Amino acid sequence: MSSILVQVIVGGLLLGAVYALFSSGLTLIWGMMNIVNFAHGDFVMLGMYVAFVVWTLLGVGPFLGAPIAALVLATLGIIVYFGLIRSVMKGPMLAQILGTFGLALLLRYSVFWGFGANFMTLPGDLVGGTFDVLGIRIQASRLLAGVVALLVTLGLHLLLTRTSLGSKMLAVAEDSTAAQLMGIRPDTMQAIAWAIAAGATGIAGALIATFFYIAPTVGETLGIVAFVTVSLGGFGSVPGALVAGLLIGVIESVSAYWIGAVYKDIVVYSLFLCFLWFRPQGLMGKS
Amino acid sequence: MRRLLWPSVALALVIAYPLLFSTPFQQRLGALVLLYAIAASAWNIVGGYAGQVSVGHVVFFGCGAYASMAAYSHFALPPLVGIPAGVLVSVLIAAIIGVPTLRLSGHYFSMATIAVAELVRLIVTNTDYLGAAVGLSGPTVPRTVLDLSFTSALPYYYLFLLVLLITLGITWWMANSRMGFYLRAIRDSERAARSLGAPASRTKLYAFMLSAGLTSVAGALYAMMFGFVDPESGLGILISVKMLIMAALGGAGLLFGPLVGAAILVPLEEISNNLLGGKGAGLTFVVYGAIIVLIARFQPGGILTLIKRLWSRRRRAPETTVAAEATHAP
Repeated sequence: MSSILVQVIVGGLLLGAVYALFSSGLTLIWGMMNIVNFAHGDFVMLGMYVAFVVWTLLGVGPFLGAPIAALVLATLGIIVYFGLIRSVMKGPMLAQILGTFGLALLLRYSVFWGFGANFMTLPGDLVGGTFDVLGIRIQASRLLAGVVALLVTLGLHLLLTRTSLGSKMLAVAEDSTAAQLMGIRPDTMQAIAWAIAAGATGIAGALIATFFYIAPTVGETLGIVAFVTVSLGGFGSVPGALVAGLLIGVIESVSAYWIGAVYKDIVVYSLFLCFLWFRPQGLMGKS
Repeated sequence: MRRLLWPSVALALVIAYPLLFSTPFQQRLGALVLLYAIAASAWNIVGGYAGQVSVGHVVFFGCGAYASMAAYSHFALPPLVGIPAGVLVSVLIAAIIGVPTLRLSGHYFSMATIAVAELVRLIVTNTDYLGAAVGLSGPTVPRTVLDLSFTSALPYYYLFLLVLLITLGITWWMANSRMGFYLRAIRDSERAARSLGAPASRTKLYAFMLSAGLTSVAGALYAMMFGFVDPESGLGILISVKMLIMAALGGAGLLFGPLVGAAILVPLEEISNNLLGGKGAGLTFVVYGAIIVLIARFQPGGILTLIKRLWSRRRRAPETTVAAEATHAP
């Protein structure tokens, strides 16, 4: 294999780790409450703008931007849960989808109105430049984003599977009435899930902002990436989202390299449709 | 006969509108209300009656718009001739999306529609035959009346009214046929409907294909009126948003819901664009987003459901309030 292809694959894996991070939030909420958050990509977009504002005001990079974005987005997640989700969950399907889809528009065009439609970028050397490892050139910002995203995703998986908070959340997901009889408050657990899911998008947004374009409409593209990742990984599964996210990152990068950058989304979306036809339960799901 | 009284009065008013309000702005506004009402009514068949929320309906709108403009640009035919091709492609795409996803939970359907809409937009933007990023245009000077290219909005108004009446007629016929009863049963409880033998997936698929075909006609009419189509105006996600919000605001799953929604939102958008200029575009969609969230949160049945409930409460108050509530449960 040529070293350029290796470089492309490594780049894809690093980006894919960020995809995995924000998709785990989507899959967590879907698995727990059977709600698909159509504003998920726009949460990531908000995380990017928070990182941008932090850099503009304080002049610091993702080391401070990511925690702040996580806090801001987690707060937003809790507000959204109590203000919107709790009531639409009980309503018809139309209300659920309209609710989060309307939220997506509200966020996207508020940012559009406030910041304008122009594409913005953070300075390329914010996290350090580029360096060589075994003949492969890697941007420091992408490396940081990929590694941190991977660690946070793994942390999220451990939180859900190895802690009592995680067990309580899974109990609510299994049967919220039974969980309530065991003294677990479904409301609190679901609010925490929204805080975690939205916080994850905040971190992902702040990380990806160091090397990605920042624009109000980026949430639409990233939202579809999250849908593809989740349906590929099987809904409700964080490990599934991790594998699928990495895979999609690589597929995107390789198709951009082989076919051309404008076709990478076409390849990914077509793949999504193929999966819906032939394996809707995802790579790791049970039929 | 009393049932027909109000609809006849309303129809008479709609026919008289462009004569009473005869400035070009008012006539154009009226035509746009009817055009969006056609698109939203078409969306309503799958989104309202079948309860499957498509957020990618613009892909059918775009098929119609591109087919009619391609008929002119590539074959020098009247744009009208492109309509059957647009309908055919739309119904085909609907089947490609619908067959796998309508067996699954409604989320998959919504996600697939949005992904297909983006996919088609990306493909068209990179296809030279379809004008790539620039788009295709129709006849600038009408060769015959068949080109349906007019400078005044008045002929479009009556053309759109005719198509809207046909669309509403088809919707009404569908809602009162066996298919309509299946759809209502499926929307209320798919499991119960299936267990009683209603062919759920197939019925939803037919509703989706019907909706797709009608939406494509709306797209063709749009392109004829504006004389061109590009990826933004023919395939942008915001057109899906308009169909969905108009139907939901008026009342999804109700015959006249989309028309009411269009009659409220189209003037709102035109006026805000006039007052605020380019900056207004962003603000309009902030307001749209807020309206959608508020409908979902407080009144998923839309305005018509609200009015009906208030009306029946007033008429049958107070001893039958419970029954009135029950009949309007979503």
